[in-house]
Amino acid sequence: MLQKRVIPCLLLHKGGLYKTERFKKPTYIGDPINAIKIFNEKEVDELMFIDIDASSQGREPNYKIIEDIASECFMPLCYGGGIKTLDQMKKIYTLGVEKISISSQVINEPSFIKNASNIFGRQSIVVTLDIKKDFWGNKKIFINNGKKNTKLNYIDFIKKIEKLGVGEIVINSIDNDGMMNGYDIKLLKEIKENINIPLIALGGAGNLEHLSEAFSIAKVDAVACGSMFVYKGALKGILISYPTYEKIKKILEK
Amino acid sequence: MIAILDYGVGNLKSIYNMFKKVGVESVITSCVETISKADKYLLPGVGSFDHGINSLKNAPFFEVLEKEVLVSKKPILGICLGMQLLTNSSEEGKEKGLGWIDAQTVKFDLEDKNLSIPHMGWNKTTPISTSNIFKNLNENRFYFVHSYHVVCNDKKNILASVKYGQEFTCSIYKDNIFGVQFHPEKSHKFGMQLFKNFGEM
Repeated sequence: MLQKRVIPCLLLHKGGLYKTERFKKPTYIGDPINAIKIFNEKEVDELMFIDIDASSQGREPNYKIIEDIASECFMPLCYGGGIKTLDQMKKIYTLGVEKISISSQVINEPSFIKNASNIFGRQSIVVTLDIKKDFWGNKKIFINNGKKNTKLNYIDFIKKIEKLGVGEIVINSIDNDGMMNGYDIKLLKEIKENINIPLIALGGAGNLEHLSEAFSIAKVDAVACGSMFVYKGALKGILISYPTYEKIKKILEK
Repeated sequence: MIAILDYGVGNLKSIYNMFKKVGVESVITSCVETISKADKYLLPGVGSFDHGINSLKNAPFFEVLEKEVLVSKKPILGICLGMQLLTNSSEEGKEKGLGWIDAQTVKFDLEDKNLSIPHMGWNKTTPISTSNIFKNLNENRFYFVHSYHVVCNDKKNILASVKYGQEFTCSIYKDNIFGVQFHPEKSHKFGMQLFKNFGEM
């Protein structure tokens, strides 16, 4: 049967690999190509790379680094960051990337998803939504690295883009990002119950138990993790890791 | 030398990268002369069936490829849509397939409506026949992304199967012609082994 996926999610910032906490305090982790080589050896299910500068700086994706990453990546690869046009997408797919994640652009122009999906197929289109509690404690979709509140109702918006042809949804909890205290299970469960396309959890994983919760309670299709696969121990020493296939199988059986 | 057939369809760079990683010489090409001299062929493919088959049949190298595969019996491996093009037809389109293997490509019709289409992700395949292309791959898992699957008219053309709601064929063969529904180029060590096997055939 189809195996649920466990996906390392790596952030590109200033040309290097960084990890944030609640989208702030970027900490340098290392060289992206070196990290890919290690994840290759560890036989990860899939990799996700997000350029956290591209949209906020209003610049083009860094094609050179995407090409370097893709040529070392022997598993499915998802790239996100700064995507605004179909031409940019075509260029990135040609470099050897399977999936492209879109965030700001889908908020600005939801019908972009329909055009992209018609051309490239919905399985290659991912939408990543960053969710944060606003001043009143209501969860809303934020853009520009968590700085701008779109005030959109996330369930309505996700249902809308599901109809337009998105292949998968990544829900990233800004409040839980880098905290390693677990995913926002309640939020994920609510979303999963309202959609039919695959849902990927991101933001908050700190141990295997957290992954297990997301699979068994929220019924997500995949989990993505940042801190958990780049830090080790309470002092957050930098060490790239990934659970063995046997360990993943065990948490999936729970 | 393996010629990775460039007919404007598919993720050729990933395939080239993986052959390079396992030390098998390959070239991404649409050049008639290079293709006639190659020892083996890799037929990639993503996207819709009609677009794929029309692009392939209209490629300048198509006649040469047909002769080298059907007359000279040089090995060819079709991946994903590339495998579906080897069959007679597809429910996805109106055009005829290559018909090099007696099979049809049909849409998934799963009883369990909770299972999403496309079948996307890692899945374990089961060998049905023995072939060197699956050498050292009894314990394996491969990455799949597809909404249509292949049904063989003659069971002896089935190489491997996989379970998603139902058991279906995920690899086919006939003499020198091979097809896999999954993406070896995105299936890390298992894909590397398969590409290495194909390179050594």
